[in-house]
Amino acid sequence: MIWNKTFECMSREEMRECQSKRLIETVQRVYHNVPAYREKMQQAHLVPEDIRSVDDLHKLPFTVKQDLRDNYPYGLFAVPMSEVVRVHASSGTTGKPTVVGYTRKDLATWSEVIARTLTAAGAHKHDVIHIAYGYGLFTGGLGLHYGSEKIGATVIPISGGNTQRQIQLMHDFGSTVLACTPSYALYLAEAIDESQYKRSDLKLRVGVFGAEPWTETMRKEIEEKLHIKAIDIFGLSEVIGPGVSSECEHQCGLHVFEDHFIPEIIDPKTLEVLPEGELGELVFTCITKEALPLIRYRTRDLTRLHYEKCKCGRTLVRMEKCTGRSDDMLIIRGVNVFPSQIEEVLLKIDGLQPHYLITVDRVHNLDVMQLQVEVEQEYFTDRISELQGLSKKLQHSLESALGIGVDVKLVEPKTIQRSEGKAKRVIDNRKLN
Amino acid sequence: MSIKQLSIFLENKSGRLTEVLETLGQEKINIAAMSIADTSEYGILRLIVSDPEEALRLLKNKGFSVNMTDVIAIETPTYAGAFAEALKHFSDAQVGIEYMYAFELDNNGIIVMRTDDRQKAFKIIESNKLRLVSGNDIFKEKK
Repeated sequence: MIWNKTFECMSREEMRECQSKRLIETVQRVYHNVPAYREKMQQAHLVPEDIRSVDDLHKLPFTVKQDLRDNYPYGLFAVPMSEVVRVHASSGTTGKPTVVGYTRKDLATWSEVIARTLTAAGAHKHDVIHIAYGYGLFTGGLGLHYGSEKIGATVIPISGGNTQRQIQLMHDFGSTVLACTPSYALYLAEAIDESQYKRSDLKLRVGVFGAEPWTETMRKEIEEKLHIKAIDIFGLSEVIGPGVSSECEHQCGLHVFEDHFIPEIIDPKTLEVLPEGELGELVFTCITKEALPLIRYRTRDLTRLHYEKCKCGRTLVRMEKCTGRSDDMLIIRGVNVFPSQIEEVLLKIDGLQPHYLITVDRVHNLDVMQLQVEVEQEYFTDRISELQGLSKKLQHSLESALGIGVDVKLVEPKTIQRSEGKAKRVIDNRKLN
Repeated sequence: MSIKQLSIFLENKSGRLTEVLETLGQEKINIAAMSIADTSEYGILRLIVSDPEEALRLLKNKGFSVNMTDVIAIETPTYAGAFAEALKHFSDAQVGIEYMYAFELDNNGIIVMRTDDRQKAFKIIESNKLRLVSGNDIFKEKK
């Protein structure tokens, strides 16, 4: 099924016209309302009139995560705060989260793209949608929530955690659609096996999974273990949250809702736009957002775009599953983690030096992050309690800085390999590519 | 009067302990007593050695996290119950023992310990006429 045939199946020519019109309007608006954007455009010797169609998109300067930080919290908003009805935030470096805002119309847009996502996944108003994404500042829970209501489904806003209760309510409430991270889906599958319920007691038939990278192998495993169709959905809070793109029932790439978010693929080194089908960094321009219309936002995700029409009838451009990043960001249980955040925490604690090694594993389908850190000669004492205090303190500081638990392991000085060039700080054993 | 103890941070990796012991052995440093406090990931090796300053220098040069602390060593007779008698003085005075280990020397027991209140510990030793042991006592014959 297709939620909005007009926009999801329009010809490429119509899409270009639609995008051009909306882009021109957006550029006008940000130029006049957001000083940071005006300055960027002036530096590039651009006036809004230089942007006459999507063909001019490449002339516009990029926006990066640092711009959001520099303008923390509301500096990039293009409307007065009286128009902003919701704020979400994701954990960020230097202790400052990345803040995003929504007007009433933005929330309607969000519901619309989630409605499209769920419909593409095969959900409808007779479904009971079990939303196990976290509710709160994270965009996952509330994002899925309103789109699920929009299609008329019954929403179970269960949020994350308490797996046994999740299973019981999934059973009692007759949940048919599961929305969560793919790793949690696998974790649930195993927990169901160990619970008093059998898979056949549950009515699940579809899962919409996102917020972290996952592989085709994981998809197969989820589909086999949960007996459902596992649909990949994609989004990032800076653009809108979930609902930027989604697979359809054919599972052959994620349809980008490009009447709202124009995707481009660039070479992360030269910053040139790459032709169709080439692997590069994904960039989005929001052309309908009111509160935070980011222009050419560099996602750092690596993927390819394909423009041919899909078997499902949608003409929307498709992006492949993201295969990696052009920066060092890790996604651990759906949470973005930069090694630099860890470094900052280490520097603030006496007795620890920023010689560290992060190891990420997937244990029982959950991401586990271990941090090895060297104990300095000067700090070391003969008391176990002090060493344990040190690792507890570190664990606590990391948890409050990153928003996720980290397994801390103290190691002897000079045992973490020093390298002459860029230090190898991360070992990711999850094999996501 | 107290004796010098070396503490060495050791990851739980095979060979690390041997490396410490070999370093000391090569330089003819004697070990009178040792204990290992362990957690699942690392341990602290505590040693009473014949030349703590030299041992500290050697181990530091080898890149170990090592430090030197003053600990109390007292001598007890070897009859059954002697240990309990000695320790009871500390518990009666509510002095906590953070860690301790014991060894035998010249047919006497030696208790090495670290208490949470040093001054009080010395007072207990004095008033109860417990025998304090020094580094020289332990290595008198070997030196």
